Amino acid sequence: MDINSVPQDESSTYASMKKAIYASDDEGKLTSVASSGWDVEEIATKMALDDIDESIKEAYEEVKAGKKSPLYYHMYASRMDLLVLSQSSGFFQWSIKRHFKPEVFSKLSEKKLLEYCDVLGITLDEIKVLPEVNDE
Amino acid sequence: MSSFEHMHHAHCESGVMSSMLRHYGLNISEPMVFGLSNALNFAYIPFVKIGGMPLVAYRSMPKSIIKNIKKNLKIDMKLETFSSVKKGEDRLDELLKEGKIVGAQSSVYWLEYFPKEIRFHFNAHNLLIYDKEGDEYLISDPVFDKSVRCSKKSLSKARFAKGVMAPKGLLYYPTHMPKEVDLKPVIVKNIKKLAKNMLRTPVPIAGLRGIKYLAKNIAKLKNKDKKYAKLFLAHVVRMQEEIGTGGAGFRFMYASFLQEASELFNNDKVLAEASKMMLAVGDEWRDFALMIAKSLKSKKEIDFKSISQKLLDISENEAKVYKKMLQFKANI
Repeated sequence: MDINSVPQDESSTYASMKKAIYASDDEGKLTSVASSGWDVEEIATKMALDDIDESIKEAYEEVKAGKKSPLYYHMYASRMDLLVLSQSSGFFQWSIKRHFKPEVFSKLSEKKLLEYCDVLGITLDEIKVLPEVNDE
Repeated sequence: MSSFEHMHHAHCESGVMSSMLRHYGLNISEPMVFGLSNALNFAYIPFVKIGGMPLVAYRSMPKSIIKNIKKNLKIDMKLETFSSVKKGEDRLDELLKEGKIVGAQSSVYWLEYFPKEIRFHFNAHNLLIYDKEGDEYLISDPVFDKSVRCSKKSLSKARFAKGVMAPKGLLYYPTHMPKEVDLKPVIVKNIKKLAKNMLRTPVPIAGLRGIKYLAKNIAKLKNKDKKYAKLFLAHVVRMQEEIGTGGAGFRFMYASFLQEASELFNNDKVLAEASKMMLAVGDEWRDFALMIAKSLKSKKEIDFKSISQKLLDISENEAKVYKKMLQFKANI
């Protein structure tokens, strides 16, 4: 890539960050140039973020309707899925799925809850409920 | 005051290593680190999932740059992981007190200075810690254009994130650095090694075979659920452009390495040519990403076949670069 073609699209997903990219200057010498974003990348990142947001919203509704435990919502809110939550908490996927049941979740020991709190980065009070306003 | 100087790099691991070597007196650029550590690669691993999507990587395994630089440049380095957060925190403070700058592995998700837009659960992000003020660490994160600050709480959470590739608090720093290194033999060896790795991968999921494998799977997307197909393509672009530096970015960086190598070998023509070819391949990777982005935005049916074909063309053209690299004969 030529240094003049390095995209400077000020992508919202860069949040004013800049990325270094190696490009060729007028003499053909490769050098590092800061890029403020690329529309192509922004489209891909936004699609992933929208997908996550959708999961969070759906989870919020399901928990609110009493179909799932708050853990289900907090998993998505922390940008995780069942696989990542299982890998980071050490709980098996089937056992996490059980914990998604409100009746099972409400009987979980504090010890288990604290393990979830640790990987999700929230407190014992927070994990038991849905947040007041869904600001996601 | 620390005399450490922050530099903006394209990629976290090669960036940390370049800054670290420079700080301790070995002036080696990021592309040179990248080339000397054999970091360019490709892997498409359908059975390893990230966010429900198969792993697509455009470089070698995390930590391989650190390990290969250590080995290839014969630098004495210590890599320490910790059994508890407290031990890891104390050790970091101790090393900083000794005046060292320290590399660390971390999870992007827990680093508070990252914009929320790109805070995902990725456990193999590298950064350099060069000082501490109160409860705040002064950090040179190579992918940021300026140095940053991070609270102890956030850094510890990031260093001790759990799950795949869990950093376990990993810290690394050199204990002895050679005054001078003859790069030439290392360059020769690694250029050959990389070319062979990419051309003759024993497994179908890596190297050029991996690229072809991904191309085949993209062609098959037309029979899959539409939403999944779109997310899959977006994922390929994200892995290419957003995570790390991406496919094209790594190819550009390797082109820069080849150019630097050519200069070291009295403007070797083969390497100069290979550099130009690799640069062109990088541009093709960007075209590929652009092609996907356009079809994701468009209301028309996605033309999976031509996206797949583009990728096959890239693998052919990349093969030519590696064959060119094998023609390189050094007179050392």
